[in-house]
Amino acid sequence: MKKICIIDYGIGNIASIHNGALSSGYDVIVSSDPEKIAMSTHLILPGVGSFEKGMDGLVSRDLVEILNDQVIAKKKPILGICLGMQLFASYGLEKGHHKGLNWIKGKVEKIKVDSNNIKVPHMGWNEVKIKNKSKLLSDIEMPAVFYFVHSYQLIPDNKSVITGICEYGENVISCIEYNNIYATQFHPEKSHTPGLKLLNNFFSNT
Amino acid sequence: MLKTRLIPVLLLKNGILVRSRNFSLHQLTGNHLYQTDRYSQWKADEVIYLDISRDNVYDLSKGESTISSTSSNMDEANELNKYRLEKDFKTNMIDIIKTISKTCRVPLSVGGKIRTIEDIRKRLKAGADKVVINTKAIENPEFIEEASRVFGSQCIVVCIDVIKTNINPKMDWKVVKSFGKVKTELNLKEWILKVQKLGAGELLLQSVDRDGMGKGYDLDLIKMASKISKTPLIILGGVGSFQDFVDGYNINKNITLAAANIFHFTEQSVLNAKKFMLENNINVRV
Repeated sequence: MKKICIIDYGIGNIASIHNGALSSGYDVIVSSDPEKIAMSTHLILPGVGSFEKGMDGLVSRDLVEILNDQVIAKKKPILGICLGMQLFASYGLEKGHHKGLNWIKGKVEKIKVDSNNIKVPHMGWNEVKIKNKSKLLSDIEMPAVFYFVHSYQLIPDNKSVITGICEYGENVISCIEYNNIYATQFHPEKSHTPGLKLLNNFFSNT
Repeated sequence: MLKTRLIPVLLLKNGILVRSRNFSLHQLTGNHLYQTDRYSQWKADEVIYLDISRDNVYDLSKGESTISSTSSNMDEANELNKYRLEKDFKTNMIDIIKTISKTCRVPLSVGGKIRTIEDIRKRLKAGADKVVINTKAIENPEFIEEASRVFGSQCIVVCIDVIKTNINPKMDWKVVKSFGKVKTELNLKEWILKVQKLGAGELLLQSVDRDGMGKGYDLDLIKMASKISKTPLIILGGVGSFQDFVDGYNINKNITLAAANIFHFTEQSVLNAKKFMLENNINVRV
């Protein structure tokens, strides 16, 4: 029986992801309790806001250790969404230099604004294309359109972990998959049909 | 590249869905609990709910008498009675958000009666993704700054209601508040720049004199505002035909198009509008 735990670390609005995950029909809870996190089969790290606040939220709730144990030692599947994805990086460059969870070697930096047509934040619906073999994007009609709202993005050192990209001035890294670690820069819970399919893929394919 | 966004706006008065003309004359148009789900199915890119109740009483019997008196036909009044009998009819705004957000799979913005940080927190917790702030921002601009610091500017939408003046109608607009009833001394251009500087993530610019008239957007307003706006700009007020969306887009390709009344009365309305836009070479999600 699959049990999904959405990590509550005091950041962002988690009602949307809770509603989105519930619609999959699986058993879904929202918690920061280490026991409940350990009992679940799948983890989701949601979040909107700044990198520093996000890490503070994890550290102040003593969640870093249990997450490292679950994700790195026990290889439990985890899906990071938006800021949740960014926190997987080694470090973030939003408002200073801040250490991340260091699960995906790489950095989080601002989207490049190289022309007048590119505004930050990157907000709205954009087409995502498959870059490498993807469990998250499998059986989703391509190009699929997802909802984004962010100013920073995770740039991994190892480009082969990138499974989805979209075009916004430069290529914006939209999906990352590395062993049991999955991440989307967009919000699947707010991206209607393809978004719900992606959540379902995470719950059933991993 | 980003798709051009098309957003239906729903007006709620005392917990009941209404339509508006020049910010008055409200008539029942249907049940909000089903409408969001349908809009979401019809490829609405986001949904905006504005609570325009004049008081804090969400008393159904009171709302009913107000609405019924302006209702244009008996069918609408009968339909209201039908909704009343349904168990899940919600009249409290927080309960309404909780219900809507269960089925809304696109971003949901909620506005009206937001006065405190706690008001925002309650709405986000109930399932809203963004909040729309209007009068409170005018009374205390620092509220925008505080709200965006606490929740992130991505979820703070500042609504600006404007009326075109008679002095120089091509160039001049008055910012109004309290449902368009009270004129302020704010200069529109300065106000746009100020709310963005304070941390507004998006602007919802609403033309009061175009509201419900179906004569098209205020194109001069779009031209002026889109030129100076640094954040995403949502335009509302005046759409009477799908061509009006195209005309607005042709003024500035980066704006987001919103409307209320035009989406209410026909099946598949949002999707049909998008198909029309696509035929006119606008990059929309269909």
